Amino acid sequence: MTWILDNLGLILNLTVVHLRQSVIALVLGIVVAVPLGRFAWRYRLVRGPVILLTGLLYTIPSLALLILLPALFGYSATSESNLVAALTIYAVAILVRSVADGLDAVDADVRRAATAMGYAPARRFWTVELPLAAPVILAGVRVAAVSTIALATVGTLIGVTNLGYLFTNGLDRRLIEEVFAGVVAVVLLAILVDVLLVLLGRLLMPWQRATNGRAKRSRATGTAGVSA
Amino acid sequence: MNLFSDAVRWLTDPEQWTGSYALPTLLGQHLLYTVLSVLIAAVIAVPAGWLIGHTGRGREVAVAISGAARAIPSFGLLILLVLLFGVLQVPAAALVTFVLLGIPSLLAGAYTGIEAIDRRVVDAARAMGMTPWQVFWKVEFRLGLPLLIGGLRAATLQVIATVTIAAYVNLGGLGWPIIQGIPLRRFDQVLAGAVLVAGLALIVDLLFALAQRAAVPAGVRAAGGGRQDAEPRGRRRPASRARLNTPVVSRQHSE
Repeated sequence: MTWILDNLGLILNLTVVHLRQSVIALVLGIVVAVPLGRFAWRYRLVRGPVILLTGLLYTIPSLALLILLPALFGYSATSESNLVAALTIYAVAILVRSVADGLDAVDADVRRAATAMGYAPARRFWTVELPLAAPVILAGVRVAAVSTIALATVGTLIGVTNLGYLFTNGLDRRLIEEVFAGVVAVVLLAILVDVLLVLLGRLLMPWQRATNGRAKRSRATGTAGVSA
Repeated sequence: MNLFSDAVRWLTDPEQWTGSYALPTLLGQHLLYTVLSVLIAAVIAVPAGWLIGHTGRGREVAVAISGAARAIPSFGLLILLVLLFGVLQVPAAALVTFVLLGIPSLLAGAYTGIEAIDRRVVDAARAMGMTPWQVFWKVEFRLGLPLLIGGLRAATLQVIATVTIAAYVNLGGLGWPIIQGIPLRRFDQVLAGAVLVAGLALIVDLLFALAQRAAVPAGVRAAGGGRQDAEPRGRRRPASRARLNTPVVSRQHSE
């Protein structure tokens, strides 16, 4: 425990950096994946290629992607933005599917009702479809968040500092405690972000609990309940 | 794009094809570690997953394991085990890491494969007088196979990615040109290694995709279903209960 206590400051600093890198990648991932997922959902023909392409990118091991991206687009491999770009791609790969699946889950009748009430497609998307798809998207965001945080540690191999530094440094110094502290910090950070996402979901989707409760009740009374 | 031509030049240099770090040797190491650890993980996880799927007991444990595994940084786990085992036992420590990393996906693939089967099918099999063993072997195993292969696919890709990083602890494999080249700033070598690793992963992924498709029983395919297909990539899926109910098989990507 002595190493951990002596280096709490370092661990905290690295955690903050790690969190920053992961959050930026996650937010960028959401920003890209929502329009892309909607596009893929809307046009059957592009859905296949979009899911396939993001799936293929997801298949490429991170260390290889961290080298290939800068080589293709001509920027420095050892920069923090390179790591964030690669993490963003992985997040997009997870999220595009969730967005398309979430939009699938929106009841067609609800969509038609919104159209009949005069909602233009854009307004219908933001005010009706996206909120109804949100639970499925949130599930995807949680998966993406946790795996992004774990994955970011690879950045240390291309010289980007974050909690992964504790692994390489710990190996060099043969300090089991340091490596252990790194693993625990990453896992705790992932759990913390996951819990925050769940809470955020409750805050942003207060209707979800209400509908769930109602669905349970109506199922009990025999009417068809729709659980979100 | 002269970076890429440099990489090609490095790849075709005869120097890369001889000696103890020859490319075929590195590929062999990569494949050996991957196959061995996925097999060991399968021997442990698949029967356990089937048991969970068949009996419906212990489901929460399986879900918790596959969820929690996502949060563990494989690179950190690798180095932790290397230090715990002692630096002389690197291959053993690495193998244990890979096995541990492969287990969650395989467990999830095995149990969701059985769990996703329509209960009426199993009831019908039982009503026809099949013994529990026959129900498992003739119905549950066959119908669950595509999802199991999906789990195998996820586990294998996960291990391939982690073996790449394991070059950092001198395990060899195709990650070696990358890991060794970065501090030396030998970008031809680094890029060539990255291309090889990416190529290996994509080829393996393609083979598993084909296997998954082939594993859908003819009857299910004829029924227009493909409902047991684990990763209906690019195919439109029946709406509703798309992801939420079976999110566990979603490919886990770590390092």
